[in-house]
Amino acid sequence: MLLRTNGKNTNPHQKNRYTGESIVGKPVPLVDAHKKSTGEAIYTDDIKIPDMLHARLLRATIAHGNIKNIDTSKARAIPGVRAVLTGHDWPVTFGVLPVSQDEQAIASDKSRFIGDIVAIVAADSEEIAAQAVWAINVEYEELTNHQVARLGTKPVKDQVQEKVDKGHPGTNVHKHVAQEYGEVDSGFKNAGAVAEGDFKNLACSHGFTEPHSTVCHWTADDRLTCYSAQQVPHYLHRAMAKVFGLPMHQIRIVKPMVGGGFGGKSDPFPHEIACALISKFTRKPVKLTFDREEVFLTNRGRHPSEMKMKIAADKKGKISAFESDVVLDGGAFGSFGVVTTYYNGVLSNGPYYLPAFRYKGRRVYSNHPASGAMRGHGSVNPRFAMETLMDMAAVELGVDPCELRLRNFLPEMCFTPYHKFRITSNGIREGLAEVMRLSDWKNKWGKLPYGRGIGVGCAFYISGSALPIHWNKLPQSTVHLKIDMDGGITVHSLAAEIGQGSDTVLAQMVAEVLGVNMDRIHVRSQETDLAPIDLGSYSSRVTFMAGNAARDAAEKIRHDLAQAAAKLTGQPAQYFDFKDERLVCRSKPSVAVTFMEALHEAQADRGALIASGCYQSPPLGTEFKGSNAGLSPSYSFSAYICEVDVDPETGFVQPRHIWAAHDCGRALNPMAVEGQLEGSIHMGLGQALTEQMRYRGGQLLNGNFLDYKIPTPYETPEMDIVIVESIDPEGPFGAKECGEGGLAPIIPAVGNAIYDAVGVRLFEVPMTPDRVLRAIEEKKRAGK
Amino acid sequence: MENVETTLMNKRILTFIVNGKKCEVAVAPNSTLAQVIREDLNLTGTKVGCDMGTCGCCTVIADGRPRLACLTLAHEFEGSRIETVESLNDKTMHPIQRAWAECGGSQCGYCTPGFIMTTKHLLDHNPNPSREEMKEALAGNLCRCTGFVKIYDAVERAAKELRTGAPVVVSPAPDEVRV
Repeated sequence: MLLRTNGKNTNPHQKNRYTGESIVGKPVPLVDAHKKSTGEAIYTDDIKIPDMLHARLLRATIAHGNIKNIDTSKARAIPGVRAVLTGHDWPVTFGVLPVSQDEQAIASDKSRFIGDIVAIVAADSEEIAAQAVWAINVEYEELTNHQVARLGTKPVKDQVQEKVDKGHPGTNVHKHVAQEYGEVDSGFKNAGAVAEGDFKNLACSHGFTEPHSTVCHWTADDRLTCYSAQQVPHYLHRAMAKVFGLPMHQIRIVKPMVGGGFGGKSDPFPHEIACALISKFTRKPVKLTFDREEVFLTNRGRHPSEMKMKIAADKKGKISAFESDVVLDGGAFGSFGVVTTYYNGVLSNGPYYLPAFRYKGRRVYSNHPASGAMRGHGSVNPRFAMETLMDMAAVELGVDPCELRLRNFLPEMCFTPYHKFRITSNGIREGLAEVMRLSDWKNKWGKLPYGRGIGVGCAFYISGSALPIHWNKLPQSTVHLKIDMDGGITVHSLAAEIGQGSDTVLAQMVAEVLGVNMDRIHVRSQETDLAPIDLGSYSSRVTFMAGNAARDAAEKIRHDLAQAAAKLTGQPAQYFDFKDERLVCRSKPSVAVTFMEALHEAQADRGALIASGCYQSPPLGTEFKGSNAGLSPSYSFSAYICEVDVDPETGFVQPRHIWAAHDCGRALNPMAVEGQLEGSIHMGLGQALTEQMRYRGGQLLNGNFLDYKIPTPYETPEMDIVIVESIDPEGPFGAKECGEGGLAPIIPAVGNAIYDAVGVRLFEVPMTPDRVLRAIEEKKRAGK
Repeated sequence: MENVETTLMNKRILTFIVNGKKCEVAVAPNSTLAQVIREDLNLTGTKVGCDMGTCGCCTVIADGRPRLACLTLAHEFEGSRIETVESLNDKTMHPIQRAWAECGGSQCGYCTPGFIMTTKHLLDHNPNPSREEMKEALAGNLCRCTGFVKIYDAVERAAKELRTGAPVVVSPAPDEVRV
C-alpha cells in the first residue's frame, strides 16, 4: 500500500511499483486549465448565436395551489416580446428516472413549490423578457401547504403528487423501502453497548458558482441543438427526445464548460425543456440564464432527513446490529429520489462489517423544491449518524474510537453479507493509521484542554453505479479514438468534464497506453453528435468506467501500431514497448521506430486509425427487490481526523486542522486527487457548520451567497491530504473514485471533535453556534 | 416598473479604456459594468455568478482598484481604465495565470478570472504576501471546488515568479486614483 502525504511518499519502505509509467500518476495540469485562467474557456452563458432571443421565467409565488387562470395578454402586447408559453402549450411529462416521470417543462395544473415554472417569455432582450414576466397575471386557488415531510407519512388533504407509494395511498409517501437481514433483535439484546440518536440534517445546496444556463436552437430542418450546463448530457438527450417526440439523432446536446455541478446539474431540468420549447415556437435561438436566486429556489440539493439510528456492539467491540428509520423530504418531484431512498440505508453497509441490519426508509413529497443528488449522494447524512454512533459506542465501551473502527473494518476482497457489495481493494486501515500518526491522535484524544477537541470519521463510497438508470444492454461507457495522419489523437467521450478533471485523466490514460506526449491528445467530450454514449458525471463513475473504456480503445490502437512496427523492423509485435513517442523493441533496444513512422505504416492501406473501447460492469449483487442499489464494481474508502476549537461562550466552532486519508486505488493525477479531496472537505465543512436553506411557509429566506454561508478562505483550515493507493484490480491503472467519497467523513469528524472539546453531542446539522451553545447549556443544566 | 423602451431611449454614449483600448458604448442608465463588458464588448472572461457582489467572479480592475462589475453601474466608470482577465494574456500568459493552471488553482474555472484579477491587485501592491494577507485579500472571492488550498499555492508561486524576474506591470496605487 503506497501512501502519499501532500504529494510526498511517506512510506519509505514501500517503493513505487509503478515507476514504469510516465504520464499516469503524474501531477500534470488539467488539460483545460490554461484556457480557464485566461478567460478563453466558453461557458453556456458566454455563447451568442446571431438573432438570439432571451428568455425569462415566471415562477410560482405560492407553495401549493391550483392554477385557475393565467392572463398573458398584457405580456404579449409588449413590443419586443416574441412568445409567451404556459403549461398547456406542451403538457408532456419527463423525469430523470423512468419510474418518476412527474415533471413538466411548465406547470399546467398546479404549482408545487415557490419557484415552480408557470410561464416562459422570449423577447428581443433580457430586460424586455423580464418586464413581460411581471405583466403576466396568475390566479391561484391555494391548497394545503405541506412543509413538514414527516407529516406526509399519514393520509393528507391535497397530496403533492397523485401517484404515491402503493402501500401508502392518500399520503405523500413517494417511496418506501424496508430491508432486514441477520439477527437484529438479539444483536441489540446481547450487546455490550448500544448507541442511538435522532438525527436531523437540514437542507443544503450545491453552491456551484455558475448559475444554470441553456441556449436552445430549433432550426428549420427540425433539429434541436441544446447547449446546456449539464453533468449528464445523455439523460437530457433522452428527456428531450421523449418530450418532443423526436428521434434522439435529431437532437444535439452540447455541454460547454460547466462551472461546477456537484450533482446539481444532473437532472434533465424543466427550464431546459422550456427553453427548447420556446425555441420550437419562435424558430429562433433562445438563451435562458438563471440569476442566483433562481438557482437557490430550484435547488435540487441533498435530501433533508430525519433519521432514528441505533447500533449495538458486543463486549469485544464488534458491531452486532444496526437499525435505521429514515424520513426524507423529497420536495415536489421524484428526481433521483427512489435511488436516494435506497442509498440512505444500503450505503451504511461499509466500511464496517454489519452482521445484522434493519432499514426503513420513506421519501415523502412536500412543497419544497425537489431534492436530488448532491456530492456523496444518499451516503452523507446517514454517515454522519453512523459515525457519531460509533463514537458514542466507543465511549460507552471505554475504547478509543479509532480502535473501535479498526476492529470493524471490512477486509479487502470480500462481499458484504446481504447486499453482496463486492469490496475489492481496501486501504482504510492504512489510511486511518496514517492520519492517527500525523495528527498525534493517541496524545490528543481525550487529552486536549476544554474547548479544543479531536474527532474521527470514516466512510466508503461507490465508484460508479453498476447499473444504469435506463435498463439496456449497451455498455455504460464507450470511448472512440481517432488518429489521422497528423498524429493528433482525438478522444471522443460523453463523460462530462465539469471541473473534476475527467478530460485530463482520459487524456493521461490514452497517452500512457500509446507512449506519446499529452499534447497529441484532444479530448472531445462536449457533443452528443460526436461522442458515443456515456452516462455522464454522477455516482463517481467517470474515472473508473470512462477510464476503462478509454484504456480499452487505446489498447486496440496500440495493437495496430505494434503490428506496423513489426512489419517495419521484422521483430515480433508483442516485443514493442511504447514510451516517449517511440516504439522500442524490448529484446533489441537498438531497434526502434518513432510513433509517427509506426502510425503512417499502420495507416498505409486503411486511412485513419479508429477504435472503439467500452466498459460494462460485471454482473454483481443478488436477487431480492432493491438489491441493485449501491452496487458498484469497486468502492473507495476514507478516514479523516479533524481538530477543532469550540468557544464555550459563543458556541462558535473553528476547525483548526484536518488530516484526510482517502483510498482512491491509484492517483492517476495526484494534484487533481488532492484538489478533489480539499474541495470535498471544504464543502463538507459548510454542511457541517454553516450551510442551511431556511424556509418559512415554503418561501426560501436565504437564496443568496450572503445569507447562505459557504466557507470563505477565512474559515478553511489547514489540510493534510493522504492519498492511499490500494491498486484496484479492475480500475484503470488501479484507480477508483475520489470525487465524492471524501465529503461524508468530515461532518461526523467535526461533530466528534466537538464532543471531545466540550462534551456535547450534536444530532442536528449544520452545527451552528446557537445549536452548539444550546447543547452546552443543556449539559450544564443537567449537571446541576 | 419603468417601461423598458424608455430606459433604452435614455442610453448615452460612454467611453471606457478597456484593456488599453478605447471603447465607445451606448449604455442604458441601469446597465452594469459586467453587462457592458460581457454583452457589448464581448469580453466573456469576466463571469457573473451571483449578480449581487457576493461571489467575486466578476472582479475587474478599474483605475487600479478591484471592483465588482456585477454590482456597479457602468455610468460610474465613464473615462475609466478597466482591466479584465483578457488583458493579462498579452502574447504570453501572465505568471499568475500560468501559476493558476499549473498549481491546480482552477477546477471548474468559473471563479478563476475573478480570483486572478483580485490576485493581480494584491501582488501589484504586496509582492510577498503571507497566507493571512492572501486570505484577507481573497476573502471576497468564492470558490466551491478547490477548498482554496491550491489557490494559495498558485498565489505563492506567481508572487515568487513576479519577484524574481518576470516583467511586472504595476497598476497605480489606490490612493493615487480618482474614486
